[in-house]
Amino acid sequence: MTRSFDIVVVGAGPAGIAAACAAAEQGRRVALLDDNPAPGGQIWRGPSTAHRDAVSRAKERWLHRLQQNPAITSLHGCRVFDVPGDGLLAAEQNGQRVDLRYSKVVLATGARELFLPFPGWTLPGVYGAGGLQAMVKAGLPVRDQRVVVAGSGPLLLAVAAYLRETGARVSAVCEQASWRSLLRFGASIAHTSRLWQAAGYRWRTRGTPFHAGCWPVAAHGGKTLESVTLSNGTRQWTVPCDLLACGFHLVPNTELASLLGCTLQQGFVTVDALQQTLIANVFCAGEPTGIGGLELSLAEGEVAGLAAAGAIRAAQARIPRRDRLRAFAAQLAVTFALRQELHSLSKADTIVCRCEDVTWRTVSQYTGWRAAKLQTRCGMGPCQGRICGSALNFLLEWSPDSVRPPIFPVSIASLAGPTASAPAELSAIQEN
Amino acid sequence: MAARDAIVIGAGIVGAACAAELAHAGLRVTLLEQAQPGTDATAAGMGHIVVMDDSPAQLALTHLSRQLWDNLAPSLPDTVEFDRCGTLWIAQDEEEMAEVHRKHATYGAAGVETEILDAAGLHAAEPNLAAGLAGGLLVPGDAVLYPPVAARFLVERAVASSAKFLADTPVASAQNHTVTLRDGSSLHADVIVNAAGASAGQLTPGLPIRKRKGHLVITDRYPGFCRHQLIELGYLKSAHSVSADSVAFNLQPRRTGQMLLGSSRQYTDESSAVDGRIVQAMIERAEHYAPGIGALSALRIWTGFRAATPDKLPLIGPSLADASVWLATGHEGLGITTSLATARLLADQLLGRPSPIAAEPYLPARFENAQKTGAHD
Ligand SMILES: Cc1cc2nc3c(=O)[nH]c(=O)nc-3n(C[C@H](O)[C@H](O)[C@H](O)COP(=O)(O)OP(=O)(O)OC[C@H]3O[C@@H](n4cnc5c(N)ncnc54)[C@H](O)[C@@H]3O)c2cc1C
Ligand SMILES: Cc1cc2nc3c(=O)[nH]c(=O)nc-3n(C[C@H](O)[C@H](O)[C@H](O)COP(=O)(O)OP(=O)(O)OC[C@H]3O[C@@H](n4cnc5c(N)ncnc54)[C@H](O)[C@@H]3O)c2cc1C
Repeated sequence: MTRSFDIVVVGAGPAGIAAACAAAEQGRRVALLDDNPAPGGQIWRGPSTAHRDAVSRAKERWLHRLQQNPAITSLHGCRVFDVPGDGLLAAEQNGQRVDLRYSKVVLATGARELFLPFPGWTLPGVYGAGGLQAMVKAGLPVRDQRVVVAGSGPLLLAVAAYLRETGARVSAVCEQASWRSLLRFGASIAHTSRLWQAAGYRWRTRGTPFHAGCWPVAAHGGKTLESVTLSNGTRQWTVPCDLLACGFHLVPNTELASLLGCTLQQGFVTVDALQQTLIANVFCAGEPTGIGGLELSLAEGEVAGLAAAGAIRAAQARIPRRDRLRAFAAQLAVTFALRQELHSLSKADTIVCRCEDVTWRTVSQYTGWRAAKLQTRCGMGPCQGRICGSALNFLLEWSPDSVRPPIFPVSIASLAGPTASAPAELSAIQEN
Repeated sequence: MAARDAIVIGAGIVGAACAAELAHAGLRVTLLEQAQPGTDATAAGMGHIVVMDDSPAQLALTHLSRQLWDNLAPSLPDTVEFDRCGTLWIAQDEEEMAEVHRKHATYGAAGVETEILDAAGLHAAEPNLAAGLAGGLLVPGDAVLYPPVAARFLVERAVASSAKFLADTPVASAQNHTVTLRDGSSLHADVIVNAAGASAGQLTPGLPIRKRKGHLVITDRYPGFCRHQLIELGYLKSAHSVSADSVAFNLQPRRTGQMLLGSSRQYTDESSAVDGRIVQAMIERAEHYAPGIGALSALRIWTGFRAATPDKLPLIGPSLADASVWLATGHEGLGITTSLATARLLADQLLGRPSPIAAEPYLPARFENAQKTGAHD
């Protein structure tokens, strides 16, 4: 099946929702597609908690704006895996292939967590920080469970606050960035609502020790997690826990942008003032252009949606605000830059590639990603190297391989095409 | 005069095998690779070690190669994933069954064991094949391995026999006993072996080699979905006609439980990009033979280039213009298989040793006339 739209928005997180609404409000026919069962992306995933803060208010406002607009077709559980031709995306929805034809496309594919392998990180009970939050939103009970939240980035406090509200006993929050970076950051955002948001999270996690300049070096346990060893560079100590929520900030999902031929700089998609990439008719908004959080994703999404709809004046009017938010994103990158010590987190026996069980000893013998992949199968499993590739990009500074379709695993039937091809076409290729 | 030292250019499976064989024979060998071992066509290949009988010379070369792989098998590390799963040639109809019988006779005459399966036998051997197929030919001695690791293993063997291996070392030119590296430095040797695969013609101009593109799809793990390497017999017709694009059903069970689906052949397309039209045709062909395959999850698609010669046989021996430059290239879709026999024939010629099979059909000199008139295409 092939469906045609003026504008196709890939990713229904804040950036995608804002882009879809802005474009549809200009009279365009828009498709908004996402591989999750409902719109919201990472931050607005699942039902709202009892706590009503700025985030949940923004969520309600935007979801309402989205749902009441009849010009937007929302396609859920729908994942783009290929670019079969000009102005065309191939997606899989409920096991069926759907092709989407567009005049303009907005990529709002968001980000994923960065995981760094350390001894014990594959034990049951060790999750990503946002990952554990998502599991809890999906129904994993955590009441009275002892949780350590560790890694890096503003997400840690948000996750800790959420876990506390759902009944978990958060015994520590460990941020690898130093107090010095955090205080400088605090000063730089003192005039914004951000500081209040951070303070709010901190208030909601009061009673939980917050360690800066601290990171996990090992997780221990027999069958499941029992404790985690933390380090501050001079001292190590072990904390008993049932769950470890650990992520080292975010890496952008740029595979689709790469497949479309967009230029990347230092891992992020290059865009102009109107969020347009260097490829005609392809726009990009949210985390793939730079990790900046909710408000920046919304602002970029609006600019992209308006620009894609041809409402250039309206888009331009939103540029100054977006640029102020971008300055904040730049601060984030500096503040939460990963420290040197994390390069030695992985030990010889630590599994780096979980899909293919490849250890650090095996993979670190090689001089680059391609040879390592071919010789060890590292990154060749179902996650297609999203986890280990990002880790090795940091740990060994290996640049990623070229992106090939399918960018997600997909059934062979879907790979074959939207509909059975004309027999004539096959016989032209088939000789016998 | 027998050669004392050699420079081998290219650490694909062919160059690696040549370096290992020559070093083992006592030559001082330097193996030069512009990237890392086995990262070009060798990384793209299916790794099917297969006896093929498109011509008597092809049968002789592939059969010898399979024997050499068998000899090597006990020394191969587990990571090479050598698996003697056998080949199953599939016949759709009575016409193709006739081909099964012909093949059975030809292989038998050459001493290659085969077994004819009727429709029921085929179904018992491979329950996921479509109903209504006529039968097949089982070649139990054929095998599958994982080529990039096999290439690396051969490089390590060469190094263990005192060869020198330089990775990330591109060669700019090779003539008259002298190899010039892209950094400007040069090396000298009695012989230079050009094993640069599909790029060999850049170092030795005028080779009758064309790039023939292929696509493969690999799935997640479905152990037992098929048990033998499956090939449709129509493959013979499509793979070996030298002109148009073609696809044929070719399914390989990897030892990991993954299924590797092939294959396509195209001359016209020199870009490494995945061509959706070809992938689609390949899958439709596969669904015709293995109807359940559509439900398997595909992880990756890749492409690679075979170095094809007009008569589908490799170039093994001295080049025409320069007696110091020897060729080991042009292996089309069989270089994983024929790498070991190539190395053997090359070393035998260089050292003046007798060979188990005649070397003439593979000598580059067979194209002399064609090359002079430029008529080989
Ligand atoms: C696991 C996780 C949890 C987070 N939790 C919080 C939090 O609690 N609080 C907070 O302040 N920030 C959180 N963040 C940060 C958050 O991502 C950003 O602040 C904000 O949500 C970014 O919005 P976005 O629209 O750019 O991207 P996202 O919200 O990431 O939305 C992108 C969407 O695109 C979808 N997508 C990607 N590729 C495709 C494709 N090919 N086909 C179809 N769909 C696709 C993704 O599944 C996703 O739903 C979290 C991040 C992560 C990774
Ligand atoms: C889709 C596909 C499926 C296949 N399936 C099979 C199969 O099942 N069984 C089988 O037997 N065969 C198969 N083949 C064929 C097989 O892969 C090739 O014949 C074989 O890999 C050729 O090996 P090679 O060493 O000659 O070439 P390559 O592996 O390409 O090696 C050449 C090497 O030379 C290097 N090089 C090139 N130029 C220079 C230079 N100037 N300086 C230094 N180094 C240089 C390259 O980097 C490369 O590493 C398949 C091929 C394809 C494309």
